Amino acid sequence: MYEKILKKYPPDQENLIYILHEIQDSNPQNFVPEEAITVVSEYLKISAAHIHGVLTFYSMFSTAPRGRNVIRLCESPPCFLKGSEKILRKLRDLLQVKIGETTKDGIFTLELCACLGVCGNAPVMMINEDIYADLTEEKVEKIIAEIKGRA
Amino acid sequence: MPIFINGREFELKPGETVLEVALRNDIYIPHLCFHPKTGKAGKCRACIVEVEGRRGLLTSCNLVAEEGMKVVTDSKQVKDAQKIIVDLILSSGHHDCLSCEQNGNCELQDAAYYLGIERPSFDLAPAEIETDNSSEFIFVDRSKCISCGRCVEGCTRTVVNEVLNFANRGFETRISFDNELPMGESTCVQCGECVQLCPVGAIIDSRMIGRGRTWELEKVETVCPYCGVGCKLEMHVDRQKNEIIRVTGVEDSPTNEGMLCVKGRYGFDFVSSQDRITTPLIKENGKFRAADWAEVIPYVGKKLKAIKKEFGSDAIAGLTSAKVTNEENFAFQKFMRSEIGTNNVDHCARL
Amino acid sequence: MKFYRSHLLIGIDDSSLQAGVKEFETALRNELAKHNLTDEINILETGTLGYFGTGISMLVYPEQVTYVNLKLEYIPEIVSEHFLKGRIVHKYILDKLSSKYDFNYQGRIVLKNSGVIDPENIEEYIGTGGYEAWEKALLEMKPEEIVAEVKASGLRGRGGAGFPAGLKWSFTQPLAAEQKYLVINADEGEPGTFKDRLIMEGDPHKLMEGIMIASYAIGATKAYIYIRGEYKLCISRLRKAIDQAKEYGLLGKNIFESGFDLDVEIKIGAGAYVCGEETALIESMEGNRGTPRSKPPFPGVKGAWQRPTVVNNVETITNVPAIIKNGAEWFKGFGVEGCTGTKVYTIMGDVSMPGLCEVDMGTELRKIINEFGGGMKNNRKFKAALVGGAAGVFLSEKLLDVKMDFNSLNEYAAVLGSGAILVMNEEVDIVEMLWSVIRFFRHESCGKCSPCSNGNEILYKLINNIRNGEGKEKDLDLMLHIAAVMNDTSFCALGESLLLPVKSAIENFREDFLQRMK
Repeated sequence: MYEKILKKYPPDQENLIYILHEIQDSNPQNFVPEEAITVVSEYLKISAAHIHGVLTFYSMFSTAPRGRNVIRLCESPPCFLKGSEKILRKLRDLLQVKIGETTKDGIFTLELCACLGVCGNAPVMMINEDIYADLTEEKVEKIIAEIKGRA
Repeated sequence: MPIFINGREFELKPGETVLEVALRNDIYIPHLCFHPKTGKAGKCRACIVEVEGRRGLLTSCNLVAEEGMKVVTDSKQVKDAQKIIVDLILSSGHHDCLSCEQNGNCELQDAAYYLGIERPSFDLAPAEIETDNSSEFIFVDRSKCISCGRCVEGCTRTVVNEVLNFANRGFETRISFDNELPMGESTCVQCGECVQLCPVGAIIDSRMIGRGRTWELEKVETVCPYCGVGCKLEMHVDRQKNEIIRVTGVEDSPTNEGMLCVKGRYGFDFVSSQDRITTPLIKENGKFRAADWAEVIPYVGKKLKAIKKEFGSDAIAGLTSAKVTNEENFAFQKFMRSEIGTNNVDHCARL
Repeated sequence: MKFYRSHLLIGIDDSSLQAGVKEFETALRNELAKHNLTDEINILETGTLGYFGTGISMLVYPEQVTYVNLKLEYIPEIVSEHFLKGRIVHKYILDKLSSKYDFNYQGRIVLKNSGVIDPENIEEYIGTGGYEAWEKALLEMKPEEIVAEVKASGLRGRGGAGFPAGLKWSFTQPLAAEQKYLVINADEGEPGTFKDRLIMEGDPHKLMEGIMIASYAIGATKAYIYIRGEYKLCISRLRKAIDQAKEYGLLGKNIFESGFDLDVEIKIGAGAYVCGEETALIESMEGNRGTPRSKPPFPGVKGAWQRPTVVNNVETITNVPAIIKNGAEWFKGFGVEGCTGTKVYTIMGDVSMPGLCEVDMGTELRKIINEFGGGMKNNRKFKAALVGGAAGVFLSEKLLDVKMDFNSLNEYAAVLGSGAILVMNEEVDIVEMLWSVIRFFRHESCGKCSPCSNGNEILYKLINNIRNGEGKEKDLDLMLHIAAVMNDTSFCALGESLLLPVKSAIENFREDFLQRMK
């Protein structure tokens, strides 16, 4: 099942991060499963230990299943100044999860992340590929409801 | 021109680092990640020194020594910074010297002693002690790991097994076997290189636990009895009990540079086994009885002659051992070929 | 060429996309069609218009008015009033401060085209004189002449450290190597910094042109843009820019029949601040954990795959085309002695108009905050500015007259850093802000060296204690001491970063800390 992704890249170690991104993005649970590590390890001829090391180094990757929508709330100083803690509390209340956890229905995972580079519109979060800026508690409620409605 | 360390003059060899010059001349600079085999890593930062004319503190492990360089290893500024660095490392884990197997053989202990650190000053140790005893010969205590990277480097580049690597990042950085498997379930072959390289008590021989502190054990250098490579090793022996407690590779042996395989490092329990044969045995009426060499050698000669006469030379095969010398093996095959008259000869080094 | 009565520039960036700018644009086109205005009014998509917190914005030429916070329901009114009858709908344009807003977005060199041209259309870039510098460099100049010109211009790296760009190139240019590389550091991760994102979104071709000239100058036939995985819009725009440049023969084999080949590839990061450090970036590009390498050897001699590699920041390289086109002397007309050119700043926090500006090096911080940031929001009192990103300094009111360039800021023991200016009003507690800064570095420490990973952890514990009211005054000294040791002994700049914020926060705002100990 990973062949289609692997075929796009020559078997060089420099493509590892690209490949891991694609595997994660194509997984409905937004993570890189164990069996993928074995397949990639064989294809690129690098050890599983190396791949695991890379996966756990970068904050965008996950080795555990996540929700269909990964919420990454920025916790860096500019967002913090503009009230990211309040947004975090709201998200925790709404989703009934702690940081790093996935909702029971598998729709959301709540994560914190470092600066997303949209600080002019702080506080900011990213849900999968999309940026949500100028967050307020009301706005967050609307966004979550909307995504839930779609699910 | 020589190099000056703390005002004393030392000759330098081309390419040597300041740390290497210092260590060669018995000047101690605390260092935890440097090992001659895994090389300069610059990770622990404990080996900092001052150099006249250079700004700030420099790590001596990756500082190439230059002629005329004036190095200070024990100024207040150096020692103050070292103290914080080593104290933080000591504080970040459960380094309980009282019960630790590496007590007396621990590079972190050496550094703390040198700097006069009595006990960790900071509250950084993990709440729970995380150990891994899934492997038969190797015991891992992650709460003692200082992330120096020697084991990772050794596993990846020295023995090229590529089982160990770092996982996570920052303070949460930890060593991982394959993709975070218990060591015993990983692709580890238990060569023990990581044990040999670990500067603290994080990766140790599981069978040495509780069986003697380093200063109680006598070190005996010998050559590994298994295969023909001839790795040099050191037996750590409890003389009173007449037992081998552990085996380590000898780092300056050109044959193995401290490396050993699982057999050489951990396969020594036969030495004090009760089942070990200590005299030649002769089987009579289906049962073995003890004999001595004076009786056995003529007996075997007689039997071999009889078999050769009745069934021919090729009815006999000889198997010798890689544990004996090349000369002995040569003599044995010569004997088989010219006296017995067969090419049926082999030995156990086909590992 | 077709003549239009008006041009409407619609800013497309992450925040306007989220506000539904695409839907808005479609609705606007339909409305214009309804009034038969399609042939008279031209709609152009451009990069950000430089305003933040203003949702969908649209700049109208020739009147040069900007509508902000646009909603679908305003469309009929704006179209019939403004575009049909020629009456500006004042209630939707930037409020009475609008004269001030014109200053807000001072595109001069690197941001000259941002918000003016369609970044996804190479012809618009060429129309502004784009790629002329590339042609000049390749056909009329020798590589060493380009290096000399950039050296003479005094251009310094805009990534934070301020190393002279021409000097960096001059180490690599003369090396005879089978392969050299140019790597563009687009891993913008310093909190509060988004200048590179706006450059890439607003004018990707200018970056491409800079890459071409720099590659030719140092003799690199392969260039990489290492960009953070989070910058999705930048990635897609850069990909388009590369494709278009190839199509136009500006990239590829034997460019302009000069015999010079160049290929540009994008490498994507996966979320690690430390990869902004050039050797960690190279490790990451090679498919490893992004931890820094020992220097020497420097990347200029042994970098990516052990080949000579020049790593430059996006903003640095984007300055290059103008320098080649107009000459070093022209460039030196901007800025101050020793710090030439302009600098892009991002201003945010408790100011009226968070945004960005490109001003001469050496402009006073007070002026940047008051004029380009629109002053304090709701007329609150200024308390502090965190200048230079999370690794920057907390400046108090009395330090506001500092001139923003590499040299002056050094006198204040500060760094220009990434150009981020985070403004805080009187209500802000510096303990909280420092906590947030330390939390950031603790999260981003790579764990390679012990002073950084352990030091960040203990600083985080200490600031947590203070925050919880359990701190003691001597903890402040301990924090300073640890941060100083980290600064003196860490492997890379990340571990050195905390000294400035910790020191400046405790020294300039000690009262805030003591408050928590009562």
